[in-house]
Amino acid sequence: MNAAEPVLAMRDVAIEIGGARVVDGVSITASAGRIVALVGESGCGKSLTALSILRLLPKAARFTGGTVELGGRVLSAMSEEQLAGVRGDEVAIIFQEPIASLNPLMRAGEQVEEALRLHRGLGSAEARREAIAMMTRVGISDAERRAEQYPFELSGGMCQRIMIAAALICRPKLLIADEPTTALDVTIQAQILDLMRDLRQSAGTAILVITHDMGVVADLADDVCIMYGGRIVESGPVDAIFEEPRHPYTKLLLATIPKLDGPRKVDLKTIAGVVPAAGTWPDGCRFRNRCPLADEACATVPPLVEVGPDHDTACWHSTRVAELA
Amino acid sequence: MSGLVAQRITFSQALVKTSRWWPVALIAMFVAAAIFAPLIAPYDPNAQNLVGRLKPPGTVSRTFHYWLGSDELGRDVLSRIIYGARISLTVAFASVILSGAVGVCLGMMAGYRRGWVEMVIMRVVDVFLSIPAILLAIITVAVLGPSLLNVILVLVLTRWPRYARVAYGQTLAVANMPYVRLSAFMGASATRVLLRHVLPNIIGAITVVATLEFGLMVLFEAGLSFLGLGVQPPTASWGAILSVGRNYLANAWWIATLPGACLFLLVLAINLIGDFVRDYLDPRIH
Ligand SMILES: Nc1ncnc2c1ncn2[C@@H]1O[C@H](COP(=O)(O)OP(=O)(O)OP(=O)(O)O)[C@@H](O)[C@H]1O
Ligand SMILES: [Mg+2]
Repeated sequence: MNAAEPVLAMRDVAIEIGGARVVDGVSITASAGRIVALVGESGCGKSLTALSILRLLPKAARFTGGTVELGGRVLSAMSEEQLAGVRGDEVAIIFQEPIASLNPLMRAGEQVEEALRLHRGLGSAEARREAIAMMTRVGISDAERRAEQYPFELSGGMCQRIMIAAALICRPKLLIADEPTTALDVTIQAQILDLMRDLRQSAGTAILVITHDMGVVADLADDVCIMYGGRIVESGPVDAIFEEPRHPYTKLLLATIPKLDGPRKVDLKTIAGVVPAAGTWPDGCRFRNRCPLADEACATVPPLVEVGPDHDTACWHSTRVAELA
Repeated sequence: MSGLVAQRITFSQALVKTSRWWPVALIAMFVAAAIFAPLIAPYDPNAQNLVGRLKPPGTVSRTFHYWLGSDELGRDVLSRIIYGARISLTVAFASVILSGAVGVCLGMMAGYRRGWVEMVIMRVVDVFLSIPAILLAIITVAVLGPSLLNVILVLVLTRWPRYARVAYGQTLAVANMPYVRLSAFMGASATRVLLRHVLPNIIGAITVVATLEFGLMVLFEAGLSFLGLGVQPPTASWGAILSVGRNYLANAWWIATLPGACLFLLVLAINLIGDFVRDYLDPRIH
């Protein structure tokens, strides 16, 4: 289902913090009805990339290049007021901290209504009706009673659903979810993932989901962007990437997925070496000091090249990745 | 056993229930006394009876029956307390509400807007906190002359920074919460964010400050009146009766003690109501 025009098109986005390019030339496209996963180790710049879409970067960070388009309109050129109209309306975001995203002193229903009131100026009866409908849609049973409850009266999973309902109330074209399930237990995690799948299908929402859990990616995503050191090192359809990874980092990441017949869960940290702190990456390919295939060629930045249908990788040795155990 | 526990719970519940209402009743009583002072007070609060000076409670002298004793000029202490409630309550309520409103608005603005707004407001707070209240009082009386309104003015000018400090600190913490940022990102105006998200989250702390300030305001009014800024003798206020009565504590304890007791009850009631209001505003408690 490749729409002629993607919902989200980020091109060559660059973000600097204190002179270090913590996000360097990132391009991501998301089409209607597709789930794109942005994957990488902690600190590789996933959240910054996502926040830059709606210009929500922290003060220390500077957007230094690239464009962000939403359905053909250039978000990165909009005024703050225009952008405020887009936030929570056409583009919704679920932050990494789930519970802190709800006001402890406001009833759940009111919080779901917030975006409706700000963007549509609905009256309270109408807004409440829509809120309850949306809460029911995200799987909250007895929504009318729940709408009157405060966050402290609700379970973590319920709070997460309230947040998702609040994010979806204006029927956004694009939903950005920053690690929407990390804080939840496995059962609820599965329910939330189901919910996102359902959303993609029934509402045609484009979803950009950030995670460092390859299991979630396999389960949920249509497309994957693998990030390392602020750059996209490999991107493509999830099947292609899982079957034939063409970047050594992707290959190693995949090895961390626990398999039923393999050894017990292996942690991401089992990739040799540690992620260098932002700004202390080696020249050229930023992964080369941890890469088993690295040689002199890697001192030059490898370009992102097509290695299959919609499948790109940034590695001088993409043909040798299969040799890796 | 379980019957015993159940009984204890209902007893303590009953206690909690009544303890919620008597402070309200008490304050209502004080307010009513202040409003209807001319109807309630047995005598003119300024009528002197030099023969009946410093008489203990219950004394009858000439046309006076001193239920709560008489003062150094033979005035009826009960009547003076009732009339004094007018001044004391007006000053306390007005100065707490006004200084609270000013302080909370400025404090929230400083904590939410940050940048130069924060710098300017918080420097002004520092400056105001460092000006001695007495100095400000003397300047005000020199420039504007003495009046009840000027007492309130001085109290507002000297007390708002305390609310501003608390509101500022609390706002800093709340304004960084994702739900506040989210609302602002979606184009909610600063006023809306502050009223809907920030104020409800900081009002508990503000209430604590306000209830503490309330009793202080009654005493400060006395101090300012003593300096000649506030109401002038012979007008009665609790503070004024207290400060004169202090001189006669050894031979006429009732002059200072009884308005003191009223003040104590009032402050206690305000504190209990403050607790109640704070709990009421927090859905996690009630
Ligand atoms: N407010 C900030 N001030 C300074 N540096 C920051 C700030 N936010 C992020 N960074 C730095 O930018 C880099 C990328 O951060 P980002 O939050 O995008 O990582 P992430 O991939 O989302 O990690 P995680 O999986 O832990 O959420 C990190 O090195 C981080 O230290
Ligand atoms: Mg992150």
